[in-house]
Amino acid sequence: MNEIILKVGFEIHQQLSTKNKLFCNCKCLEAENYDSIFLRKLRPAHSELGSYDRASIFEFTKMRTIKYHSSYLSSCLVEADEEPPHEINRDAMDTALIISLALNSNIIDEINVMRKIVIDGSNTSGFQRTMLISYGGHLQIDGKKIGVQTICLEEDSGKLLSDDGKFREYGLDRLGIPLIEIALEPVTGTPTEIVKIALNLGRLLRTTKRVARGLGSIRQDVNISVNNGKGIVEIKGVQRLDQLIKVIEYETIRQHGLILIAEKMNRERKSNDIIIGDKIMDITNIFMDSSSKIVQKVISNKENIFMAIRVKGFKGLFGFEPYPDIRIGKELGELVRFYGFGGLFHSDELPNYGITDIEVRKVNEILDIDISKDGFIILGGPREKMSIAISAICDRLNNVSSGVPSETRAARIDGKTIYSRPKPGSARMYPETDIAPFKITDDLLVPLKEKVPKSWNETISYLAKKYQLNKNLAEKIFDSNYFEIFEVLSGLTKISPSFIASKLTEDILNFERQGYDSSILNNNILLDIFKRLDSGLIAKESINLIMEKLMNRTTKSVDESIRVLGIKSISDEELEKIIDKIIEDNVLIIQEKGMKATSALMGKCMTILRGKVNGKKINDLINNKLNIILNLKK
Amino acid sequence: MSTNDDLQSILNDIKVGDIVNVVLNNSSVISGRLMPRYESSERDHIVIKLPNGYNVGIMLKKIKFITKVSSFSIETEELPKKNLYNSSSLKSQHKNDNDLSQISNLPKIALISTGGTIASKIDYRTGGVTSVLSAKDLYTSIPELSLYASIDTEILFNEYSENIGPMHWHLIANKIIEKINSGNYDGIIISHGTDTMSYTAAALSFALQDLPIPVIIVGAQRSSDRPSSDASSNLIASVIFATQLDYSGVFVAMHGSISDKEIYCHIGTRVRKNHTSKRDAFKSIDIPPIAVVQDDRVEIQKIPSNIILHKNKNRNKINKEFNIISKTKFDDRVFLLKYYPGFNPILIENVQKLGYKVIIIEGTGLGHINRNCFSYLKDAIASGMLVFMTSQCIWGRTNLNVYDTGRDLQKIGIISLSNMLSETAMVKAMWLLANYNDLDYIRNKMQENISNEITFITPIVEE
Ligand SMILES: [Zn+2]
Repeated sequence: MNEIILKVGFEIHQQLSTKNKLFCNCKCLEAENYDSIFLRKLRPAHSELGSYDRASIFEFTKMRTIKYHSSYLSSCLVEADEEPPHEINRDAMDTALIISLALNSNIIDEINVMRKIVIDGSNTSGFQRTMLISYGGHLQIDGKKIGVQTICLEEDSGKLLSDDGKFREYGLDRLGIPLIEIALEPVTGTPTEIVKIALNLGRLLRTTKRVARGLGSIRQDVNISVNNGKGIVEIKGVQRLDQLIKVIEYETIRQHGLILIAEKMNRERKSNDIIIGDKIMDITNIFMDSSSKIVQKVISNKENIFMAIRVKGFKGLFGFEPYPDIRIGKELGELVRFYGFGGLFHSDELPNYGITDIEVRKVNEILDIDISKDGFIILGGPREKMSIAISAICDRLNNVSSGVPSETRAARIDGKTIYSRPKPGSARMYPETDIAPFKITDDLLVPLKEKVPKSWNETISYLAKKYQLNKNLAEKIFDSNYFEIFEVLSGLTKISPSFIASKLTEDILNFERQGYDSSILNNNILLDIFKRLDSGLIAKESINLIMEKLMNRTTKSVDESIRVLGIKSISDEELEKIIDKIIEDNVLIIQEKGMKATSALMGKCMTILRGKVNGKKINDLINNKLNIILNLKK
Repeated sequence: MSTNDDLQSILNDIKVGDIVNVVLNNSSVISGRLMPRYESSERDHIVIKLPNGYNVGIMLKKIKFITKVSSFSIETEELPKKNLYNSSSLKSQHKNDNDLSQISNLPKIALISTGGTIASKIDYRTGGVTSVLSAKDLYTSIPELSLYASIDTEILFNEYSENIGPMHWHLIANKIIEKINSGNYDGIIISHGTDTMSYTAAALSFALQDLPIPVIIVGAQRSSDRPSSDASSNLIASVIFATQLDYSGVFVAMHGSISDKEIYCHIGTRVRKNHTSKRDAFKSIDIPPIAVVQDDRVEIQKIPSNIILHKNKNRNKINKEFNIISKTKFDDRVFLLKYYPGFNPILIENVQKLGYKVIIIEGTGLGHINRNCFSYLKDAIASGMLVFMTSQCIWGRTNLNVYDTGRDLQKIGIISLSNMLSETAMVKAMWLLANYNDLDYIRNKMQENISNEITFITPIVEE
């Protein structure tokens, strides 16, 4: 890995915490259910430049009808593209300007809202509204300056609910929520160094206290290239930093692997010997009686056919793996999945999957294959999509010798990336004529300059002092998804903030490590739990027990957890009775140890009272009682 | 120096579309393409389109100077790499959508454009939107059209619909007669801005009676430059109506709901725009739409028995013997008066003084107005004006017999127009006034049904 030069550019998309959406007065709420449905078809406007890339046309033809679900609580006619957009949300604009100021970015004099064409249906209008707020500037990390390219304010798109290949369904609740998009200059460095940049940028955004927190509120698109390769690979949808580091690591290996494959090919093969797709044959008949289950599954659908593509001079290149699981065959498989195919077979892996040697020989024969040099691809699937998929395969094979092709990939949660679509050409943008340009005047900027957030260190010191937290805990709670509820709970209850902070960070994290689901712990539930503690209805020790029950989904509510755990609030009278009984039963120990008997008694009390009564309260009671008993004796 | 001069001196010989370097006072440089400004009144900024596609406005007083990098030229995009595969069996699947020769046997449609854009072309380099009107470009933008008809296009004028008036109705009506008399067309489509579309529809319904073929007016509530526009689906449906409808006459084709699903065909005198922005703003009042296009097929709705529709002579193979009643003039001395609480009746006197010949009142409820207007109306009628009563309720019929006020109004000589829409009544009066001299004749004609503007039976329909 030492010889690999890694270059990474970030584009961070952070949801703002404005009350309303960017171009209408709807609330930024995640819908729990939807009230109404409507159907739309999108048609890209005829462009003077004519040609759309193949992927756009494919998406257009397969996604003719889109179904939108809306909730009256979170969307109106604006999101339905039934009413022109309202004026730009000033709160969102202020936030974007404050962040631009914080990053020393050059703010544009007059901001123009643009329409960026998006025809996958995620925007009801067929475009995303976006505006460039500022350009240039930098982020300071350990004395090093990381350059900022651009800062944009844009609307989020609809939430994909389902896609069965024919119908796409979107929820409109997310559509129109303001996002700030910050694109950084590409940087070189190790994955750890690069992830640190993302962490710092995220922290800077959070110090404004004007951005949303929680999973899904921040998304990173990452451009990765290795060894100055020309191919630009954009990976979309990274939501967490631990995922980001894995994505960078995986993508580094994948791209380096593709470079090694290209080097092998260019070293070992003459370019004249490589001929791609000069012979393509329908081999459905050869496979008709195949015993392969995969083949039979495809062929059982009468609309499906099998085609074989000759690739001269390619023997051994489909299956060559410079790194485990990195090979051209796999790349092609991902590619055809985009066009709605289950996968493909290549000559280097056959016979296999139930496809016999005889069948392979028949394919070799029909394609006139020189088995010492040539290879082939077999693709099975719907007849009407065959042409476009074969074109895509041939294009991809043509690019093998140049290493890494430009494309868009999606990040999986495990850090692996999969092909999602060809890299679109330059964005198709034109002015949003429904919204007047927005002038940035000094009158507007001066008051915002005072709202530029303190530096990270200042913010943490301030928090540590305000809530009496140690610096480490202050950082943890501020970085967590629970900072807002932490501030609420600290203000609302008499519970020590450092206790609340450690429950919300260390303890929840521990449960997450055990594989429990923290998403159930929303603000209402946390508020409920800590209020009960505050009013003495439950003991400190019960908090983890309740959270555990909720997170591993054995219970659905705080009430149910308390019932299941058998936590009852015990009256002071009952408590004294229990303690008196324990003291009575252990007179011998008291006589022997004096005041030192407290810890032994405490242990016995806790086996009965854990989670029901505050430990400190028990301890105090035991001490008092022992004092009295021992004093009496004297 | 005014900012206009500033702009001139900064730009020098640089033109919109050129690639420029803008050097700012702080010596930083912004590079991109010089854009036209949309609102010409403010000239203190220039707009540059950056290479990433964004437009940004730069204040003139922050600019040191601008240099030209290259002039605007028609660039051609690099053609996609030729695929090495060739397989005739696969290639035959690609049909050429633009092959106009294939569609010569299709019905023929004349598309007359009066403004608004039914299809657009976007130049993403400049962000410029231009409307598509040539037949060739129309087929490129909306290839499905070639399935249904061969279309000739003509631009009659290009006006926002709020600027369209009686003179334009006259021009449109004459153009339609010209097209029909050519004998070349199976149907006629008028593209029209939506704001006053229903007025034009009513005007044409009176001006051109007993048409042999359908005349379909079509528009869009969402501009055609956006992928979600309703323009193309409305246009496709209008072509289907124009070629497949069993009836002739003047109709409006617009969305039936907020979904891209049904497109309704409304009778020209019974349609009204009822929403500022929704796709389904147009509704037939007091009757259902007569037909619906859904899944590219025309479905005729249940049409109430008292609706009079002429057979599409072309479609029903009736001898094309044209006998169009064409009176295409309009007289604008008709006042549409919306009554409201607090209305000052002296206004009636002023309307009379201004030379108006007809007042159409939009009364309250069944057709009422404050009794303080009575004497003024009496004077107006005595002076030879005609006064008619419609309702501001939009749906439903006027009735001057139910309450005292109504009976008093009748005594004064005010004539109830049943369920005629107030806007339609106004257009009808303009048409009668221009084409007939006899006031008694006009008074009678106003109460008679000519083009379904009065329907004496209101069907029970659940909304
Ligand atoms: Zn809304």
